[in-house]
Amino acid sequence: MTTTIPIGGAATEVTVAQAIEARSPWQLAWRRIRHDRVALISACYIALIALLAIFAPVIAHIVGHGPDTEYLHTGLTPQGLPRPPSGTFVFGTDDLGRDLFVRTIYGARISLLVGAASSLSAVTVGVAIGLLAGYFGGIVDVVLARLVDVVLSLPFLLAAIALEVVVGPSLLVSIFVIAFFSWAAVARIVRGQTLSIRENEFVEAARSLGASDLRIMVIDVLPNLAAPVIVYTTLLVPSAIVFEATLSFLGLGVVPPTPSWGNMLSESLGFYQVAWWFITFPGLALLTTTLAFNLLGDSVRDALDPRGDRLLAAIRKRR
Amino acid sequence: MILFLVRRVLLGVLVLWIITVAVFVLFFVAPHNVARLLAGKQASPQTVALVAHRLGLNRPVLDQYGSFIWGLLHGNLGYSFYSNEPVTSLLASRIPVSASLALGAAVIWLVIGVATGVLSATRPRGIADRTATVISLCFYSMPPFLLGILVLYLLFFRLHLAGIGIFPGSGYVSLTSNPAAWAQHLILPWLSLALTAAAAYARLTRAAMLDVLGEDYIRTATAKGLTRRRVILRHALRAALTPATTQFGIDLGILLGGTVVVEQIFGLPGLGYLAVQSIVTQDLPVIIAIVTLASAFVVAANLVVDVLYAVLDPRVRPQ
Repeated sequence: MTTTIPIGGAATEVTVAQAIEARSPWQLAWRRIRHDRVALISACYIALIALLAIFAPVIAHIVGHGPDTEYLHTGLTPQGLPRPPSGTFVFGTDDLGRDLFVRTIYGARISLLVGAASSLSAVTVGVAIGLLAGYFGGIVDVVLARLVDVVLSLPFLLAAIALEVVVGPSLLVSIFVIAFFSWAAVARIVRGQTLSIRENEFVEAARSLGASDLRIMVIDVLPNLAAPVIVYTTLLVPSAIVFEATLSFLGLGVVPPTPSWGNMLSESLGFYQVAWWFITFPGLALLTTTLAFNLLGDSVRDALDPRGDRLLAAIRKRR
Repeated sequence: MILFLVRRVLLGVLVLWIITVAVFVLFFVAPHNVARLLAGKQASPQTVALVAHRLGLNRPVLDQYGSFIWGLLHGNLGYSFYSNEPVTSLLASRIPVSASLALGAAVIWLVIGVATGVLSATRPRGIADRTATVISLCFYSMPPFLLGILVLYLLFFRLHLAGIGIFPGSGYVSLTSNPAAWAQHLILPWLSLALTAAAAYARLTRAAMLDVLGEDYIRTATAKGLTRRRVILRHALRAALTPATTQFGIDLGILLGGTVVVEQIFGLPGLGYLAVQSIVTQDLPVIIAIVTLASAFVVAANLVVDVLYAVLDPRVRPQ
């Protein structure tokens, strides 16, 4: 339906549908994020780190330094100590004369890969288990909820170290271990939400139309879980990155000489007195990346949860 | 209330039992080479078999588990494979270290975290709030091991270079022998643990406080003429502390079970330090004891939290 609305003398064609646009909650959330400067900067920063990680081999080729190559002559001082940042080694070198810049961007590959892979698997498992427990209730719920309790009661760092030692440290084991200790919290949140969603009339309606349990769970319940799950995932990624760095720092996780921010920091521990750059750059990389994810996660939560907004407005009005 | 408590205690015992089974399976059923490690590289297969026999490692797994549980119920956790010391006395010598570390850090972070959160929430979006939010997000994103290295670098190494040796970088002095030296040796580890945690509590308290300040009963309290100070400290804070309490119980439980990373960095001979050592040398009785003990702390902490919940927030008290 098209009407002509004269604006300022000149006739401009505006469709009524456009003039009074109906916005879904998702569109509203998207608009809020787009207007959130912090969210945009964080997202750009994460994108930049991701690009550096993806193109790390290309960048290493341009710089001319391999990630594991030890430049014994150019990369170390005559006393055998790391060299400070310079034109050749932008971030300086480490104790073995390796290029810290190249190693830092290679480290980003490990961090982002582990962060994304373990959070995604944790969320998948957590949503599945939480959904099953919350939807079916009864004995299924009792068993699954106890399982969640057990996992949440484990001293996770100790248990993770134990697992890594028993199985033998590797990237894949790290991803598995981190996912294993992260899914339970997701499952608990999803279970709680599902318990209330399943009492809604639309679930009753679907059931009376003859929908199967699986269909109700996937088509009717799951979309209503999207907001908390998305928020939780964005906040899970930085904690997974920190978890991986901690494991690598303790000498588990990624096996040297493959660089990861955690094992670089652990190597730097013996040199912090003579080489500030050795600890600074991997440390900054780790800190800024987790910070960016946390900031983005906060913005996503604010955008998906308009209640926070209204509350602030109410408080401001009262003052 | 009594029924509720009994149920929770029974559940806790069930969770602990499942954990002992899981840990037992992980270490005793998974392939391990403790006997070979102990007998030495040159040992003949006969010697290895003899060592395995002496430690009871060649008995059926169920049998071994049975004697472990039997010992556990009698307060006997077996003997270390390496030092032949009873595991109970080994643990008893380490618990004071981890407890000093955890409790001291907990006091610091609670005070800093809750105070910051309340201040932020009373003037949302103000200068103080924004500054506090940014700073706490930075600390929140910082892994404890990174903060530990930073603290070590700035407050130990830099100050030492400047001739100010007030903070020792490692070691532990027991509280009973010299309280002043005890605190002095623990200050840096406390800060490393407390600042990252305080950030999380500041965020939690701020969010909960904002939530509570929007409630009707706060308006009622203000309307009947109470001062803003009294409304915030007596009426709002009480309810706003519930999420922080939940988190606190869980965190303290985890910390008591050994603060692996900080103990490692500052060379504190606590439970976490012992755990990492035993995991590397595959000292099975010690590992199982520590993981069980650490889980018991978490389970107990959860229990205490549930009770505290009811005390703090009258709305969740079981009828």
